[in-house]
Amino acid sequence: MASQNQVGNIISQPYKYGFITDIETEKISKGINEDIIKLISNKKKEPEFLLNFRLKAYKQWLKLEEPDWANLGYSPIDYQELIYYAAPKDNHKKASLDEVDPKLLETFNKLGIPLNEQKRLSNVAVDAVFDSVSIATTYKEKLAEHGVIFCSMSEAVNEFPDLIKLYLGSVVPSSDNYFAALNSAVFSDGSFVFVPKGVNCPMELSSYFRINSGDTGQFERTLIVAEEGSSVSYLEGCTAPMFDTNTLHAAVVELIALDDSSIKYSTVQNWYAGNEKGVGGIYNFVTKRGQCKGKRSKISWSQVETGSAITWKYPSCILLGERSVGEFYSVALTNNYQKADTGTKMIHVGANTSSTIVSKGISAGHSSNSYRGLVQMGPNASGARNYSQCDSMLIGDKAAANTYPYIRSQQPVSNIEHEASTCRISEDQLFYLQSRGIGFEEAVSMMVSGFCRDVFNQLPMEFAAEADKLLALKLEGSVG
Amino acid sequence: MILDISNLHVNVEDQPILKGVNLKINAGEIHAIMGRNGSGKSTLSKVIAGHPAYLVTSGSIKFNNQDLLSIEPEQRARSGVFLGFQYPIEIPGVSNLEFLRVATNSRRQERGEEELDTFEFEDLVNERLKIVQMNPTFLERSVNEGFSGGEKKRNEILQMALLEPTLAILDETDSGLDIDALRIVASGVKKLAKPNTATLLITHYQRLLNEITPDFVHVMSGGRILRTGGGELATKLEESGYDWLDNEQNIKEEEN
Repeated sequence: MASQNQVGNIISQPYKYGFITDIETEKISKGINEDIIKLISNKKKEPEFLLNFRLKAYKQWLKLEEPDWANLGYSPIDYQELIYYAAPKDNHKKASLDEVDPKLLETFNKLGIPLNEQKRLSNVAVDAVFDSVSIATTYKEKLAEHGVIFCSMSEAVNEFPDLIKLYLGSVVPSSDNYFAALNSAVFSDGSFVFVPKGVNCPMELSSYFRINSGDTGQFERTLIVAEEGSSVSYLEGCTAPMFDTNTLHAAVVELIALDDSSIKYSTVQNWYAGNEKGVGGIYNFVTKRGQCKGKRSKISWSQVETGSAITWKYPSCILLGERSVGEFYSVALTNNYQKADTGTKMIHVGANTSSTIVSKGISAGHSSNSYRGLVQMGPNASGARNYSQCDSMLIGDKAAANTYPYIRSQQPVSNIEHEASTCRISEDQLFYLQSRGIGFEEAVSMMVSGFCRDVFNQLPMEFAAEADKLLALKLEGSVG
Repeated sequence: MILDISNLHVNVEDQPILKGVNLKINAGEIHAIMGRNGSGKSTLSKVIAGHPAYLVTSGSIKFNNQDLLSIEPEQRARSGVFLGFQYPIEIPGVSNLEFLRVATNSRRQERGEEELDTFEFEDLVNERLKIVQMNPTFLERSVNEGFSGGEKKRNEILQMALLEPTLAILDETDSGLDIDALRIVASGVKKLAKPNTATLLITHYQRLLNEITPDFVHVMSGGRILRTGGGELATKLEESGYDWLDNEQNIKEEEN
């Protein structure tokens, strides 16, 4: 019969994205130094300004210390043992999808991201990134008709160097933090989005990141610029094979919203989380930050974090333009020995700026799940408002949930509200649902998805159902 | 025979609560179990429904000739056992409508009926709402969250109306209801009772039994059924209280 402990036990789910694609891969030798950085830049045939950007970042990285303030605790990473660039051998970006290695297309098919014309997702343009390179981007031409640029970062640095020079590193400077500096030095690929003045991007944009090599770090870099009066919705997804070693993923995402524009950025993160004993899994150290540069601009982050052994991630908003709006909606599910330290920073600089934070943490197994957030009202942020709600749900009796809200205000005319709660799925709630004919697992996932509903409502329609299924899958297992 | 309980012994945290319950219920019958707090009435109802906190140490429960104790609570519900809770549980975030639909479909599936989609289900639920005179806005809220005591009980009867159980056990469904709500609930229960189903009412008081006339009244005390009679037994309890039972219980314990 079902008991509180068994709720914990059922969450040993199979990871269905754990396969490895057998493909000839070109890797550079392990370790990091100036020669390696020059080699990466050379492989990508980059303009000189970018090589200089990388070398400067590398020097900054050498001076920075790896942060240890997060509630994580992981074995030290030997940065000289990692490989910083890996790509399928035949990695020239193809003019047509027909020329892409069928093994790669098959890989993305298996991940539920068909790329070929007949099967591709309707109304969603996809940039597919495999290890260090982008292998295909769909719907490019259709987007170009509207003046929207959607391409891999490697293409962007050569085709739109002026935009890259203007915006790259403008929100997350390379000296920002240890992992941002590392990313700036060695970043491989990622996506670039540019939505010109007055254009509402006609379709969802999406990047799918796949790590295939076990000993290679993935360092992608994403840059999204929304010009005056434009809007765009972007989603990223990620998976990796099961290895019993830890793989490093250190990404940087920068968003820039000009006057009256809006950017919605959603993440469904399902990196391999390690096995039920906590062996293996991705170390996920990500710096995501958006700048509401223009008046009345809006940046909204939604994230569903279910994977990774370690998650260190605080998608943030700098609210510069007056009346600009920042939002953060998060579901973080940890299980087994996963550790997540995630949250947001809302930095109110301009007057009458407002922000909303809704965070839902679910901890099961022996995992630990922390919300860490900063709400800061600067001296000029008169009339600024924030509302934060942080709820934790514990499943079983061995998991931990923590909330670390930091509030700083230098502004007497501002309004900050913070609400927090912790709950547990009770035996009586489960019994009630069961006594109405609802199976044990379905009862658990119904309650978890009810708990997350406020956040799922924020996801693009196409993905809300996916996210719900993903959580159900994570909670799937045999009932003891 | 719908329900056949034989010599049932049940422990909670190593404490014996039920000490040899025998009860037989046939199709078309309405039974009532009365007794003081702590006599074991609610425990009996939860054991029939399969609550995990109760350990059956000996005895058996047969439902339609099938061993009930070996199957999970959700399977019991799908086969037609329904427990109306004394204290219905709040489930934040889960929409009442969705909950009712999933529950109804799991029962329908078991009976070999088509699952209902959201539109078909809305038609059904709107029709059944009339039985309990509930406002459709209850469907939009989370399961029992913020419901008043009376609203929770009516939501229980709505679930019963949708699940169409073979055996409906109503645990203190009358408690916390004003007289109007009591009449609505009682008339709902009566409407739902069919010649091929059975009802087991668990109650403290006569007042529910004034609305629904039971065929049999059982009096529980100390984890056993002490007395069984017709409707007149309930009237006697109402007049003279439970004290006269104490002597009978002492006699029974001496016999053992």
